[in-house]
Amino acid sequence: MRTSKKKEERDRLSSPQRQGIPADLAIVSGLKTGDQRAMADLYDRYSSVVYAVALRVLGDTGAAEDVLQEVFLQLWRNPGAFDSARGNLGSWLAVITRNRAIDSLRKRRPETDIEDVVLSTAPDLAGEAERSRAAAKVRGILGSMAAAQRSALEMAYWEGMSHSEIAAKTGEPLGTIKTRIRAGLMALRKSFRT
Amino acid sequence: MSEHEQYAENLALYALDALTGEDREKLAEHLAGCPSCRLELEEFRGDMAVLALSTTGPRPPQRARQRLLEAVAQEQRRPADRSPSRQSWWGWMGWATAAAVIVFAFSLWRENLQIKETLASTAARAAQSIRELEEFRKVAAPILEPEAQRVTLVAAKTPPQPQGKAFYLKKRNSLVFLANNMPALPPQRAYELWLIPVSGNPIPAGVFKPDAHGSATLVNPPIPAGTEAKAFAITVEGEAGSPVPTSPVLMVGAGE
Repeated sequence: MRTSKKKEERDRLSSPQRQGIPADLAIVSGLKTGDQRAMADLYDRYSSVVYAVALRVLGDTGAAEDVLQEVFLQLWRNPGAFDSARGNLGSWLAVITRNRAIDSLRKRRPETDIEDVVLSTAPDLAGEAERSRAAAKVRGILGSMAAAQRSALEMAYWEGMSHSEIAAKTGEPLGTIKTRIRAGLMALRKSFRT
Repeated sequence: MSEHEQYAENLALYALDALTGEDREKLAEHLAGCPSCRLELEEFRGDMAVLALSTTGPRPPQRARQRLLEAVAQEQRRPADRSPSRQSWWGWMGWATAAAVIVFAFSLWRENLQIKETLASTAARAAQSIRELEEFRKVAAPILEPEAQRVTLVAAKTPPQPQGKAFYLKKRNSLVFLANNMPALPPQRAYELWLIPVSGNPIPAGVFKPDAHGSATLVNPPIPAGTEAKAFAITVEGEAGSPVPTSPVLMVGAGE
């Protein structure tokens, strides 16, 4: 029964049957033809995800709004950067936003071109209900991690610290930090895909 | 630890932009030539999207939407976005000159082409056609022959995923569809392929049942001539197919 529930959840979050995918395709197709209504649809669908991620990294509403603006305009200018065959639009935007917000936080030039950011299938972030359910699940997994592992993962993800900076701050060996971050990400993957 | 394993250790940090200096440069070089590490990098980026879920917050202020849409309206990304009233007279002169040059060049090109066509013998054209046909047969045989061995390579330890590939040539009204790893269906049910046009309702593009290996092929199903395809999708319908989709979309893909 438990396995069946898990499967149901995985199917809902990760399978190609997601109801969000055709809408994403329509949006990307509209952006490619320069249709401004597609941009409005994109904003209405994903602005809350993009803004929440930017605000969590930057902690400042004005700066978060600037990143939101920049992320959406980048996709408007270069809609081909998102490959609809790999991953889904909401997840891709979340990763792009996190990267841009970290670049802004660290006052550095973007490290990675958006065209180069390709991600494997990840949860669909289009619907509020799916997002809340998945958010609760992710928080549960993070809560079950050892404090040192969660902390290393969050410092790298939300604060954009390099592994050497984390090692210096925590006094742990570089290899330990590396392993903790990798294992933390893999634990998230495992819980959503097995 | 092998050199490859060392790179694999650093992939999570690379995905997070948390890898610096020489380690980052070396891994970037390695990634350029290592498909399995690139796949693993994509997996870590998928994990990053999962981690993004752990945060929720207030909605962006209402002005952000307006600000974005105003910025989009001002961007002149494509000729279609440009308002004619905002173009200067000199701008139109430039376009008019360019158009005249193109028309002139086109007329020269056509004249040249007509002369060449007159000179070319029918026999030479026929020989060329035969060569092209032979070449096409060579290329298409491994794809279309039922006894051809079909192998799809995926990352190790990944269960095979259903996959469909549609090859659509609008100008010839030609569509070839290949499917792999399709789950078997109950009796009297079949997969139906849909061409999703740029506007209007999905168009039926053939019904198929996968063989024992989960493979199936559709070649040139009847489709209205000249239909521009925005995407292709698959649903499960009755064996005879349906004029409209009656079940949720199982697979979908758009062209580049």
